[in-house]
Amino acid sequence: MSRDLILDKLRRNAAGGQSRAEREKAVAKRIRSASRGVLPAQPRAATARVTQFMEKAEAAQATTVMTTRTGVAEAIADWLRAHNLPAEIRTGKDERLKALLGGKAGNLILRQGPSDGTDTTGVSHAECGVCETGTLIVLSGADNPTTLNFLPQNHIVVLRRSDILAHYEDIWPRLRTAYGKGQMPRTVNMITGPSRSADIEQTLLLGAHGPVRLHIVIVRD
Amino acid sequence: MEITTPQFKQNVTGALADRQLQRALSHVRGNFVGKRAAAAAALPEFEALRDEARNIKNHVLENLDIYLETFEKNVTRQGGKVHWAATASEARGHILDICRKVGARSATKGKSMISEEIGLNAFLEESGIRPVETDLGEYIIQLRGERPSHIIAPAVHVNADQVREDFRRVHTHLPPERPLEEPESLLAEARAILRDQFLSSDVGITGANFLVAETGTSVIVTNEGNGDLTQILPRVHIVIASLEKIVPTLEDMSQILRVLARSATGQEMSVYTTLSSGPKRKGDPDGPDEFHVVLLDNGRSDMIGTEFQDMLRCIRCGACMNHCPVYQAVGGHAYGWVYPGPMGSVLTPQFIGVEKGGNLPNASTFCGRCEEVCPMRIPLPKMMRHWREKEFERHLSPPAHRRNLKAWAWLAKRPGLYRLFTRLAARGLWVLGGAKRRTGFLPMAGAWTRHRDMPTPEGGTFLAQWKAGRHRTGQGTGGAS
Amino acid sequence: MSEPVRIGLFVTCLVDLFRPTVGFAAVKLLEEAGCEVHVPVSQTCCGQPAWNSGDRADTADIARQVIAAFEGFDHIVAPSGSCAGMLSKHYPELFAGDAQWEARAVAFAGKVHELVSFLTDVMGLERVAARLDARVTYHDSCSGLRELGIAEQPRKLLATVEGLELAEMKNSNVCCGFGGTFAVKYSDVSNAIVSEKAATIDATEADLLLAGDLGCLLNMAGKLRRNGSKTEVRHVAEVLAGMTDAPPIGGKA
Repeated sequence: MSRDLILDKLRRNAAGGQSRAEREKAVAKRIRSASRGVLPAQPRAATARVTQFMEKAEAAQATTVMTTRTGVAEAIADWLRAHNLPAEIRTGKDERLKALLGGKAGNLILRQGPSDGTDTTGVSHAECGVCETGTLIVLSGADNPTTLNFLPQNHIVVLRRSDILAHYEDIWPRLRTAYGKGQMPRTVNMITGPSRSADIEQTLLLGAHGPVRLHIVIVRD
Repeated sequence: MEITTPQFKQNVTGALADRQLQRALSHVRGNFVGKRAAAAAALPEFEALRDEARNIKNHVLENLDIYLETFEKNVTRQGGKVHWAATASEARGHILDICRKVGARSATKGKSMISEEIGLNAFLEESGIRPVETDLGEYIIQLRGERPSHIIAPAVHVNADQVREDFRRVHTHLPPERPLEEPESLLAEARAILRDQFLSSDVGITGANFLVAETGTSVIVTNEGNGDLTQILPRVHIVIASLEKIVPTLEDMSQILRVLARSATGQEMSVYTTLSSGPKRKGDPDGPDEFHVVLLDNGRSDMIGTEFQDMLRCIRCGACMNHCPVYQAVGGHAYGWVYPGPMGSVLTPQFIGVEKGGNLPNASTFCGRCEEVCPMRIPLPKMMRHWREKEFERHLSPPAHRRNLKAWAWLAKRPGLYRLFTRLAARGLWVLGGAKRRTGFLPMAGAWTRHRDMPTPEGGTFLAQWKAGRHRTGQGTGGAS
Repeated sequence: MSEPVRIGLFVTCLVDLFRPTVGFAAVKLLEEAGCEVHVPVSQTCCGQPAWNSGDRADTADIARQVIAAFEGFDHIVAPSGSCAGMLSKHYPELFAGDAQWEARAVAFAGKVHELVSFLTDVMGLERVAARLDARVTYHDSCSGLRELGIAEQPRKLLATVEGLELAEMKNSNVCCGFGGTFAVKYSDVSNAIVSEKAATIDATEADLLLAGDLGCLLNMAGKLRRNGSKTEVRHVAEVLAGMTDAPPIGGKA
C-alpha cells in the first residue's frame, strides 16, 4: 500500500539519526508548545493598532469606517447609498449581527442565509482583525455562511474594535479556546482587501471572482 | 505529458525570436523584482523570518513521516479523508474515483502546480470529466491549450491583445460589437463565464500552500477568490498536495505566510488565505459534503536524506524565476516541463530524470540571485551543481565538453606544461588580435564570437613576466617563490 | 617595525593569460599598502571550470595543489571575486568530510580575500593616489557581490580617484551572462543577457566600464566592442593603481 511505502521510505531516510521515539517526542512537543517564532514589531497601544489596521486595510483597497454599536445599520445604509447600491443585504443568523442590526435596520432590507450569487451585498461579522496587514478573520459556522464572503459583489464586514489583534499568531489561541485544541471551524477566511487579479499583463484589477468592494465597519465597544 | 526539456536549446532559440513573448517578459523584469525588494525592505524582521521559515521546514523534513501521520489523523478526525499516492498515476486514479462516485461531469479547479505535475486536466478529459480552470491566468492558458509559464503567474507570457483574440474565438456567444479593449472588460467576461461554472460544478479541486499537521487543515493562498468558490460551492472538495507542504502548527504557517506573499508578488499579505478543515459541519448552511486530501509523493521521499532535501523547503513563491536572468530572457515554456526557473532546474531532473532534464541545471550562470531572494534560503546554485555532478559521474554531459574539460584539467595539474601552453596561447592570440586587441573570429570558439568579439591577450603571460623579473614597481620586496 | 604582511598573490588563470596588467596593478596596490607580495609560479587555476562542470575529482586535485602552494602565506589575495569565492567558500565544501584535507582547506579558506575588499577591509586602505579624468560605471560581478559581499569597497576607493566621476548603471547587481562555460554552452541565452547589460551600460554614457572579475569583463568588452559602443573596459584594479596606459580590454572604442 502506498501509504506504508511512503512512510517507510521517509522513516528510513529521515535525517538526524534519532530514534523514532525521540522524534515523536520532539514533534509532540512542537505541536503542544505552538511556539510563536519571530513577531514583527507592532504598535503597543490599542488605539495605534486600530489606526494601523485601518491604514493597512485601506492600502489593500478596502474602505473602513468607525461607528458605535447603535450606528452600524446606518453606517451600512450610508455606504450602500454612497455607492448607488440597493438597500438590501444578506447576512447569516449571527447573533452579534442581529444584536447590532435587529430592529434598527431602518430602511435596510435584511435577507438571511447563504448566498446563491444573486445578492449585491453580503454582511459578515469578523472574529477578529490583525493590524499587521489589515487582515480580517471570518469563521464559518451554522450562523455564518462562507458564500457571503465571496459571491456578492460587495462585502461588508463588521469588526469589534477590541478584536483588533497585533499578530496572526494571536488568532490561534482564541480559536483553541473557543473550539478546543486541534479543533477548527470548517473554514477560516483571512481576508485582506477585495478580490483582485494581475494575470493580464500584470495590470491590477479589482473584483476578479470575489467581491469588487470590501468595506469594514469597526464598532467601538 | 509532452516533455521538451531535452530540446532546451531549440526552445531558447524560439523564445528569443518570439516578439510577443519578449514583450510580455519585460513585465516580469519591471514588476516583480521592484515589488519584492520594497516589501522586504519595509519589514525589518524579514531576514529573521526567512531564517525561521527555513528552520521550520527543516524540522518538518526531518520528521516528515510523523507529521504526515499526524496530519492524516487530524483530517480523519475532522471528517475528511486522506488518499496516499506514491506516483502521479495513482494520484490521478484517486481523483477519478472520487469524481466517478458522485457522478461528476465537470470539475472546477483552483490554481495548482501539482495538477500540472500529474497531468490532471488531460486525464480528466480523457475520462469524460471536463476540468474548468478558474484562476484567470490558468483559464487563459486553458483556452490557449498551453501550460503555465510561471508558477504564480501562469499566463505571464501572454499579452492582452492575445487574450482578446482567445476570448473572441472561444466565447462564441459574444456579440462582435462587445468591447473587450480594456483588461477590465476581459476580466468581467471571464468572471461571468466562470460564475456559472462555479455554481454548477460537482467537484472542486484545489491545491494547497500548507497542510497544518496540528489540525488537519489545508490552506490556500489566492488573490482572486476563485479557490474559495471552487471549494465551497460543489458537493466535493478535493485537495491535491505534495508531501512537503506540511507545517507543524498554525503559528508555523503564520511565520511562513509573512515571507510568502512578499517574495511572490510583493504584497504584504495575499487577499485570501483560507484554512479548510474537513467537510461542512452539522448545521452549516454551505460548504462541501466531502473533503478529500490526495497526498502526492512522486519521488519526493527519495530526496529526503540526500543532497536535494533542502529543495523540499520550496513554497512555490516564484521569486527565484522572477530574479533569474535566464528565465527573464527566455520565459518558462523553454524549460520544457512543468516547473521553470531555478527551482524548476533543480526539480525537473528529479521528476523526469537527469538524462532528459540535464540541460536545466547546466543553463545557469550561477549568479546566485535566486538563492539571494529565496525566502526559504534554498541554496539553488548548489543544488544545480549537484545535478551537474550526477551527470558527470554518469558520463551524461556532452562528450566534446567532457574532452575539453579533461584536457584542461590535465594541463592545470602540470604547472610547467601549463605555463608553456599559456605562453604559446597568449602569444598566438596576441598576434591574432593585432593592434585592435580583439578578434571577431576564433577557431573553435564560434559560440563566443557569433555574438561578441574576443578580447585578445596582452602578449606575455603574467607568470612569465614575473619570472623574468619584470614586476619591480620600485619598492617590491617579494619574488618568485 | 612589525613584520610586513606576506601575501600570496593568486593571479587567476584569466589574468595570467589575458590581462597581466591586472596582476601588476594588484602587486602595486598591495605593495603600496605595505604588503610583501609573493607569486608562486606553480599556480595554474582555481579549478572552478571543473567544479561547475560537476567534476569533483579533478577539482580536488587542483585544489590540493593550490592549498599546498599558498597555505604558508599570511593572506591569499586574488584580483577576482569569483576565484576568491571558489578558494574561500567552495574548497571547504569540496573537502567536507575529508579527514586529511578538510581542516587544511578551512584554514586556507580563512585567509583568502578578493583584492579590493582586502585592501579596504584588512589593510584599512582609505584612498588611492590615482588620477583618471573619466566618467566611469561599475558592474558588480555576481560571485564577489553575493559570495563575498563586495559592493561598497570598490566604490569607496573609486571615489578617491581624482577626476573620476561614477555614473551608476541600472541593475548593476544583475548578471552579465558570462557564467564561465555557460557563455559558450548556452551562447544564445548568454547573448540575450549581455545584450541587456550592454544597453544599461550604454545608457550611462560612461567612458569606461569597470568590474572586479576578468571573466565578466571579457564578456562585456566583447559585446560592447561588437556593438560599437563608446564605452571602454578595464579591471577596477588598473584604475585604482593608476595603471591605465595599456590599451583597454578588447582595445579602444
